[in-house]
Amino acid sequence: MVQEHFAFVRSDMLPEAPPPAAETGIVKWLRENLFSSTANGILTVVSVLVVYQIVTSAAPWFFNGVWDSPSLTACREILDGKTGGCFAVLSERWNQLLFGFKYPSELYWRPGLAFVLLFIAAAPLLFGNIFPRKMLIFTGLYPFIAFWLIWGGPVSTPIFALLGVLFGAFVYSKMVKTSAGIAVVVSFVAALVFWIVSGYLSGPFANVMALEAIPSRDMGGFMINLMLGVICVSLSIPLGILLALGRQSSMPIIKWICVVFIEFIRGVPLITLLFVANVVLAYFLPPGTNFDLILRVIIMITMFSSAYIAEVIRGGLAALPRGQYEAGDSLGLDYAQSMQLIILPQALKISIPGIVNVAVGLFKDTTLVSVISMFDIVGMIRGPILSSAEWNGVYWELFGFAVVLFFITCYGISQYSQWLERQLQTEHR
Amino acid sequence: MTTMTDPPKASFQLSMLIYDTRYRSYTFQFIALALLIALMAFLGINLIKNLAEQGQDISYSFLGEPAGYDINQRPIEYDSQSSHMRASVVGMINTLIVAFLGCITATIFGVTAGILRLSPNWLVRKLMAIYVEAFRNVPVLIWILIIFTIMTAVLPAPNAFRGDNATSSMFLNSVAFTNRGVYIPTPIWGPGSMVVVLTFLASVFGVFYYRHYATKLLYDTGKLLPTGWPSLAILVVPTLLMFFILGRPITLDYPALKGFNFQGGLHIRGSLIALWFALAIYTGAFIAENVRAGIQAVSKGQTEAAASLGLRPKRIMNLVILPQALRVIIPPLISQYLNLTKNSSLAIAVGYMDLTGTLGGITLNQTGRAIEAILLLMLFYLTISLAISAVMNVYNNSMKLKER
Amino acid sequence: MAAVKQSNVSDEVAVEINNMNKWYGSFHVLRDIDLTVYQGERIVIAGPSGSGKSTLIRCINALEEHQKGSITVDGTILSNDLKNIDKIRSEVGMVFQHFNLFPHLTILENCTLAPIWVRKTPKKEAEEIAMHFLEKVKIPEQADKFPGQLSGGQQQRVAIARSLCMRPRIMLFDEPTSALDPEMISEVLDTMIELAEEGMTMLCVTHEMGFARKVANRVIFMDQGQIVEQNEPEEFFNNPQSERTKLFLSQILGH
Repeated sequence: MVQEHFAFVRSDMLPEAPPPAAETGIVKWLRENLFSSTANGILTVVSVLVVYQIVTSAAPWFFNGVWDSPSLTACREILDGKTGGCFAVLSERWNQLLFGFKYPSELYWRPGLAFVLLFIAAAPLLFGNIFPRKMLIFTGLYPFIAFWLIWGGPVSTPIFALLGVLFGAFVYSKMVKTSAGIAVVVSFVAALVFWIVSGYLSGPFANVMALEAIPSRDMGGFMINLMLGVICVSLSIPLGILLALGRQSSMPIIKWICVVFIEFIRGVPLITLLFVANVVLAYFLPPGTNFDLILRVIIMITMFSSAYIAEVIRGGLAALPRGQYEAGDSLGLDYAQSMQLIILPQALKISIPGIVNVAVGLFKDTTLVSVISMFDIVGMIRGPILSSAEWNGVYWELFGFAVVLFFITCYGISQYSQWLERQLQTEHR
Repeated sequence: MTTMTDPPKASFQLSMLIYDTRYRSYTFQFIALALLIALMAFLGINLIKNLAEQGQDISYSFLGEPAGYDINQRPIEYDSQSSHMRASVVGMINTLIVAFLGCITATIFGVTAGILRLSPNWLVRKLMAIYVEAFRNVPVLIWILIIFTIMTAVLPAPNAFRGDNATSSMFLNSVAFTNRGVYIPTPIWGPGSMVVVLTFLASVFGVFYYRHYATKLLYDTGKLLPTGWPSLAILVVPTLLMFFILGRPITLDYPALKGFNFQGGLHIRGSLIALWFALAIYTGAFIAENVRAGIQAVSKGQTEAAASLGLRPKRIMNLVILPQALRVIIPPLISQYLNLTKNSSLAIAVGYMDLTGTLGGITLNQTGRAIEAILLLMLFYLTISLAISAVMNVYNNSMKLKER
Repeated sequence: MAAVKQSNVSDEVAVEINNMNKWYGSFHVLRDIDLTVYQGERIVIAGPSGSGKSTLIRCINALEEHQKGSITVDGTILSNDLKNIDKIRSEVGMVFQHFNLFPHLTILENCTLAPIWVRKTPKKEAEEIAMHFLEKVKIPEQADKFPGQLSGGQQQRVAIARSLCMRPRIMLFDEPTSALDPEMISEVLDTMIELAEEGMTMLCVTHEMGFARKVANRVIFMDQGQIVEQNEPEEFFNNPQSERTKLFLSQILGH
């Protein structure tokens, strides 16, 4: 039967009504997020207990902490049996933890300033679309300024180094028409020759704007970790690009040289490479040359991270469609031009999150230098501080400090990388 | 207007080495090879000169000489009169032990944390996020040192377990946590214990067979058997029955305090535990991220499609999500295992005698054979890495989605 | 339409292909190709997929290497000499099926890149040329956008403009409309027709038979790596000679 009274016209519209009480506010949130099922309820209760346990044991230790005391024994007397941390070790030894135990304290401003300038130099690289491109000039100059500030010595050293780089770049631009690969090699040799020659010429400038020179063995603490991290990552990016391009090459010999290098480095632990820097590398250098340990370590860590970065960039190169290479070819661009103008800008952009991950990993791995008796922050804690008569036994405060420093740095960097990934996903879409 | 039927046979010119596509790649490869040989020669000549200057040579004969040092964790027979070779083998086995234990534990931590990070429970989700971020962002060396400090400086000395008013007591009367390591009971295999073990192994196969049978029954007749509790029963019941029928052939040897130290049971050193747990927790944090990413990589559409076909959540997970997620999870998981194995070389920081500690540590220092020792050390790790990558390649190729 | 047909084809040879052969491994992709293209000709190459038509035009600007025979473009023999390859590529423009615009550069930068770096044109002049051609393909207002922000048809028109900025003597089109949504095909074809009216030498691999009828002065049908039939479009469509051509035409014009 056909319904007779289905026709209907609404005369007044319904007003918006609030949802039932169980669907709103804190009750809903609790039910959905904490007690959606029995198992979940149990999990919640267990979690709350765990958090409670941790907080109740850590809070008094932290809030009762003693920040002013000459030694652990004195600190224990102040605490008088109560729970509490001896943070006095941090207020007394912060300079050693950050700068090592030999860096002259009246010169702390120099690495400090270099650290602050690092942010200005890195800003246009990290946030390219916010900061003006002109700031990249400062980024280019930064390594030389930072070198001068940290190691000291006459201003001519970094200037000659900079001129060498410019000379190399000039040679590259002249050679690149013939072949990009040869240009890279020749310009590198040219810069090297320039540096060696300038070494003989720098005599007269020895006292021009000379900062007090600090030998690298006097450096230590967290500064070493930061320095190794920043230097090695920035050196290994160009090297990684070359290795990645080499690995993609159609020329079998070049390809296999790169493959063997990358796979060898990735197959061994960093610590064996540090052993090489410590005891073996000297055998392979001309007799009489004397690189200091930190330079040897920089060489090995750079090789290490360049292999990892090469793999990241290779992934970026592989992600580009073949059409990009073909379009470049069909427009008549040569290899160097199409790499520089078309392929690398895109491949590097895709690779940035991966490169940042490698950088974070590498920065954490710089603590390994403590194993070859360099006094980075871990080396300082285990060596001079924990073995001193005053502070023998203050483990948690010191390790806690190192954990916090690393956590802040690495978490910050990885948050940046995630932000960047989100940016890249939305860009040009 | 030019029309030619044949390219002119141009005579060879020097510029063709660079501009002719036929020769260009040979030219560059030749240059690369020449540079490589030059570099090798440079390093080699320096090496020979340096060795001559210091009156040294390259020789592996030191491997046969008596090591003259003790190793505290000896999985195979070893004393200070054994050769350096033997010391290295002990170190290798110790490396493999900690890597194996670490990988298993890290997988458990990682998979648990990864799944819990996707839990509907807000608090659990946040706690797991804190775990992952805290451990990923701090060097593993610091975690190793922290756990080692707990093991050596916080746990009580064995004599705290002594007497009537002992300050410490054994956990469940069978496990002792001391600053010299952890003592746990070990099984004693009495007569007939083999039968129990064999029964257990047979039960494991039985479970697989039962599940296979259940699937087959489903395909053939459409009848769905329960698999959960029967599997558990097959696994446990026969073994327990056999154990009691044979009069409990397997007993436990409990550690007990004798003199200044614990005797009996299995002694796990603090250094092993520190290394093992630190590596497991650290790597677990990375694995958790891989697991989470893998599950999230399976698009929501897959879940919806499966649900719209009428599958229940547990089956959606088992039949649709997991098979796809595993493809994404397993390759990075294997490379995490590789990282863990390489990181186990940090043993040297806590005095665990792995290969880096024996061959790369004491042997190197005693014999001064730095080049040889480090070369062997690198070869060992390289072999492991290449083996694992080979396994991974095989896996990747077998799991590739069939696509046009 | 008539205008296009009547535009004079000179007797100057633009591309001369003699007895050209190409193999992928042991697979013989192109077999004994002989083809002479005169300046001002508009040739449409048709054929089933896998017949080697794309490979043929990709050989002309050395994106693919041929193993036997010779290709002469505008008097330059395509040899192994890089300088020759560069010269030919800068005189031959190519438009791809998937546009292959550079996604990290703006539309204007896409168009000025090659003139600046290959032709060494001053930037200002290159931008003027680029704007001229962007106006010609009717999207000057998009100059500062990125390729990802444009529709497929617009992207393909930019790709045409990008090639034109190099002032090529010959244009190659490799299925320029195959990756486009139906409603965008005509805007690209209109651009191509306009180009033809101006007397550009064009080789188009396409399935647009309407375009072939309207614009081409020669249609080439390829199958299994060989040229099976070539003729004027009228004859080709109305009176195909080979059985293969008949079958092919019946398949694509059947409905």
